[in-house]
Parts: sequence; structure tokens; C-alpha cells
Amino acid sequence: MYIIVIGGGRVGYYLLKGLLNEGHEVLLVERDARICATITEEMGSVCYHGDGCEAATLGEVGASRADMLVAVTGDDADNLVACQVAKHKYHVPRTIARIRNPQNEALFKKLGIDVTISTTAIILEYIEREVPTHPLARLLAVEEKGLVIVDITIAPESSTAGKAVKDLDLPEESKLVLVVPHGGVAHVPSGGTVLRGGDQIVAVTTPELRDKLEGALRGTPVSGKPRKK
Amino acid sequence: MKVLIMGCGRVGAQLAMLLDAEGHKVTVLDMDTHSLRRLPSNFGGTALFGNGVDEESLRKAGIGEMDIFVAVTQGDNRNVMACQIAKHVFNVPRVMCRIYDPLREEMYSQLGLETISPTKIFAQLLKEKIEG
Repeated sequence: MYIIVIGGGRVGYYLLKGLLNEGHEVLLVERDARICATITEEMGSVCYHGDGCEAATLGEVGASRADMLVAVTGDDADNLVACQVAKHKYHVPRTIARIRNPQNEALFKKLGIDVTISTTAIILEYIEREVPTHPLARLLAVEEKGLVIVDITIAPESSTAGKAVKDLDLPEESKLVLVVPHGGVAHVPSGGTVLRGGDQIVAVTTPELRDKLEGALRGTPVSGKPRKK
Repeated sequence: MKVLIMGCGRVGAQLAMLLDAEGHKVTVLDMDTHSLRRLPSNFGGTALFGNGVDEESLRKAGIGEMDIFVAVTQGDNRNVMACQIAKHVFNVPRVMCRIYDPLREEMYSQLGLETISPTKIFAQLLKEKIEG
């Protein structure tokens, strides 16, 4: 595959190295001549000095035969424009943009960028998983199908603990795919599987139904009633 | 008319002043408060500190009610991105974008933005003057 990487910062540098190691044809486009010289010295002629947002530059590096363009500069606007020029002027089949502001994800999608990667959002997701007030965490997005894979832990005091899967009010397009009991072996749940407190559940849903699924799985904390010992 | 101008450089400030004098309701947005000094002391519009490629800043600047959005920062890419946010997220009826690079200008014009390339216009102007 011929892959063009825009931006020779730390992300771009290690991406270039990784892709070369995997045997791809890769070219890095970097605006700063000094950075370009350093990379060329280390890895040979894999760095082109120029502005990757300029249509002329992308023409010079043969964007029209590229299979993929990855824009990883530190500036969201630059990454957007590099991808749009690649897409509309050179018909690059797949464009990937790094974004700093997670809010830009929806905008970039709307403007035709195939994949966006937000380091901020990724770190946020990890925090979500670690913080107990967020029992539902997104594991993976299957973007082409509009699905997300989420992870939720049943709290021992939840009203859903002790209930069978078929008795839960699950949204229609959501499926439970795996139950990992606390200290037990993972298994695929059936309608009769009874959930226990501490069970970790992996489920597939749509981004819109995420909250509804969370409500159905969390149930209501049995807080008003006296707690059994 | 309600106009939001992003970028208070020489062009942005001059445009704000002209439109304000005509009685339009002008808001100017710039990431550097120091740039806002370019506005005349009798400027009757609103001058705001904010990032034009950030949806929240644009919302605070009242982009939802604007008739026109003009992007005239130094960065072509920032202008292009802000204009696309104004057009596709906030549905501003008229969006105008300065793009120095003629190639990029051509492409975004085809993608439906109202674009102006000072490079192209000025070169053409000079050529006409030279050729008399």
C-alpha cells in the first residue's frame, strides 16, 4: 500500500517507522526543513519537504496513486484540509485525521473524512472505564455499521442483579454478547442467564441507544429499601 | 444585517468598521485580544476573544442568528474549517472565506463555499494596471 503521512511530529515520526516496518510504501510530508533533514538522515528518502495541505504538494508526491492519507499534525484545521484536498482533488480512497478537539469528530465525519482519531477522546474513554460513576464504557466503534461495543459492570446493589437476561428491558437493537462473571469464565449469555452483581457485560448497541441500554442494564439502585446484609 | 467576522487583522478590522458605519450589526472574533485594538474607538459592534474553529466559541458569539459569516484570519485552513462549521453545523445563510492559495480556493469554491483568493485578485489587478 502507498500511504502518505502528513506531519512529522512525534506521532508522524513513529507512525512512519511503524508503517515502514510493516513493509508499506510510505512518504512523510513535513513543512519544517530541519525535521525533514533529520528524518532523511535516519531513514533515507522517506520525507518530502512541503506543505501537505497544498494541492500542489500532494500532486508532487503522487497523491493520485495513494491508497491512504493520514494527517497527524497538531492542528485540526490543517489535518482537515489535507484530508479534504486528498479526497476531492486526488480521490484518495481512505483519509484518516488526528483531531485534538473531540467535538470536531462529528464535523469531520460530516465533511467526508473516513476516520478520525482523537487522543483526548481515547484518554477520556479510559478514564470512563476506570471511574465507578461511569459504569458503561465504549470499547470500540464499528463505524461502517453504526454500532458501538460497550462494557458495563453490574453493581451488586442494582435491581438487575439476580434477573434473567430475558426479563431485562433491553432496547431492540442491542445485544449482550459476553458475560464475564467476577472471578469466573466468560460465556455467551442466553435468555435464561441470570446476571449477578460484579458481572462484567460486553454488549453491542447503536450510539443512540447507548443510554437506554445502560439504563436497562444498570436498573435502579435498590437504595430506598433497607439493605440486606 | 448581522455579520460575524472571524479574524481582526487589517482586513477584518477595516471590514468591521465599514459595515458598522453602514448600520449593520457586527461582531468580531479574534484569538488574540491585542488584535482587537485595530478597531476604531467609535466602533459600535461587539468585539470578542475566541477561537473561530471551536463550535463553543462560535455559539457564544451568537453564530446561530447571523446572516453572514466572514473568515479572514491569516490561516487558509482555519478559514476553511471555520466556514465549513458555520455552513454545515450552524446553517449560516451566507459564508465567505478568504483563501490565499488559488488551488485550494478553487477546490473549496467547487465544494460550495463562497471563496475569495486575494492572491488571484491582486495579481490580476496588477497585470491589468501594467498592461494599461
